[in-house]
Amino acid sequence: MVHDAAVAKHNRLSKRHSGLREKCHTFFKRGILTKISSALVIIFILIAIFCPYLTPYTPYEQSLRNKLKPWSKEHWLGTDNLGRDVLTRVLYGARISIVTGVLSSLWAAVVGAALGLTAGYSRGFLGSFLMRLTDAHLSIPPLILVMVLAPIFGRTILGISIVIGISAIPSYVRMVYGQVLSLRENDYVTAASVIGQSNFKILLKHLLPNCIPVVIVMFTSNVSTAITIEANLAYIGIGIRPPTPAWGVMISEGYNYLVSYPHLAIAPGIMLMLLIISLNVVGDGIRDVIDPRLRGKL
Amino acid sequence: MAETVRENPLLKVEQLKMYFPLTKGLLSKTYSWVKAVDGISFEIYPNETFGLVGESGCGKSTTGKCAIRVLQPTEGRVVYKGRDIAGLSKSMLKPYRRELQLIFQDPYGSLNPRQSVFSILKEAVVLDRERHTAVEANERVDELLTLVGLDPDMKSRYPHEMSGGQRQRLGIARALACNPKLVVCDEPVSALDVSIQAQIVNLFRELQAKLGLTYLFIAHDLAVVRHMADRIAIMYLGKIVEVIDSDHIFREALHPYTVALLSALPTTDYYQERKRSRIILEGEVPSPVNKPAGCAFHPRCKYATETCRQVSPGLRNVGRNHCVACHNVAV
Repeated sequence: MVHDAAVAKHNRLSKRHSGLREKCHTFFKRGILTKISSALVIIFILIAIFCPYLTPYTPYEQSLRNKLKPWSKEHWLGTDNLGRDVLTRVLYGARISIVTGVLSSLWAAVVGAALGLTAGYSRGFLGSFLMRLTDAHLSIPPLILVMVLAPIFGRTILGISIVIGISAIPSYVRMVYGQVLSLRENDYVTAASVIGQSNFKILLKHLLPNCIPVVIVMFTSNVSTAITIEANLAYIGIGIRPPTPAWGVMISEGYNYLVSYPHLAIAPGIMLMLLIISLNVVGDGIRDVIDPRLRGKL
Repeated sequence: MAETVRENPLLKVEQLKMYFPLTKGLLSKTYSWVKAVDGISFEIYPNETFGLVGESGCGKSTTGKCAIRVLQPTEGRVVYKGRDIAGLSKSMLKPYRRELQLIFQDPYGSLNPRQSVFSILKEAVVLDRERHTAVEANERVDELLTLVGLDPDMKSRYPHEMSGGQRQRLGIARALACNPKLVVCDEPVSALDVSIQAQIVNLFRELQAKLGLTYLFIAHDLAVVRHMADRIAIMYLGKIVEVIDSDHIFREALHPYTVALLSALPTTDYYQERKRSRIILEGEVPSPVNKPAGCAFHPRCKYATETCRQVSPGLRNVGRNHCVACHNVAV
């Protein structure tokens, strides 16, 4: 009897702690905005994956006879100045935005975390060198840096992702560095070195796993920033090259027809706005769930 | 009781000093030193428990960490197995590293929250060059868990699913995974409930009998140390003021600080307790940054003389393994 009670108590305890369900609960408890935003993010991701199946057109298909048509049964959002279907291009734009956002944040996270770990664990000369480099990097406005680097790495999705990633690296470095500084004072790090574990293994087995939550939190808030920068670059004409259906490109092309055909610029603009707002709300939610201590710090 | 003839000490600490720099400014200029440990010497013999007692901040943990080279001492010798390990580099230290283990005060901070019990122990086991196969490592983990009184079924648990006592047992198992010779127990029971404290203290004694361990047992609780230790060293402000057999500490303690400490211990005997008169020490512990000249204890000592204010007393043997650092004790 006693044993059963103990087992039951243990099960209850571990359930309380294991809590993916509990985490989801706190996430959705934040309110209707979080629910709508997560739905939107999921819809955007689905659009990005399945866009070829959603429309009968391709984003590059021109039809000069049908240019600048208003909405109709064939073209729900009309056509642009080259007769391309606006809806198709808007849907394909989600793909480009999400891929650039995720790709750039991902590689920034990997590089930034690696540098931060190295700087935090080695301290000494290497550590302060890396951190001063990061400070210098942080002092350059990201948009300016990206404008300089974009032509060097090429104006493709990959090139732009790399460039945006570079601009995001220092924030990861700082975050992970601070985390490592506090983590390395923990007794379990001392214990690992006392049992004869090598420094590299301590870094990998003890410090890195405990930094991951911070990196995830950083990552979620970073994706929307990266998407904004991408759209900015495309809009001013140094981002992804024009025929590609990036939202920034579409807005800048549609800008010329803003008075007569406002939907050309407004449609991708609204999509961009919705994606960024919902990503930010979801990112906030994830941060609250994973690491409540970071509230208001990012 | 005659002076017992001892074999060679397992660990011999000579004039150990550990100073931490206080820095300021852009270039981290050192303007002063925290003299956490200031020239202490002691010996630990195989199979014994050497207790180290003192109030917080007196340098006992630092001493323990220097003795097993978790910290590199500023000065002094740490002789282990006839070799001075105080200045050895990490690679030179390797053959001794796993023989000198540490058990932590905080059972929460000393276990990685993202590692399961099995993973924690396996990490310590597989670093042993002799053990290779997964099956052997598995068996060893089970054996260790049984040894410290944990159920091998707990392997899949994470530290947050365990109680304080269980965590401390796990910490002990991790240290034992290295087949240590000397284990420094850094206040291993002070974070636990009194009932659990007794269990853990008994576990320590059991393991010592079974595995022939030698302990450096650090605590601030004299009652626990007296129960555990064979010999007790009392520290005050980075120095050892008295070393005494734990059986004799109540009757023969000579240093005024030890006597004051002992008078603070409550007893369970009603009549004894009524007779007990507490010695209340005046003043505060001086800062280890600027210590008083002469005997560190003199500002609070009612027997202090002019000599005490000027000359720092050395540790002198007064017979029967009993050493005192006080000018006013006649040899």
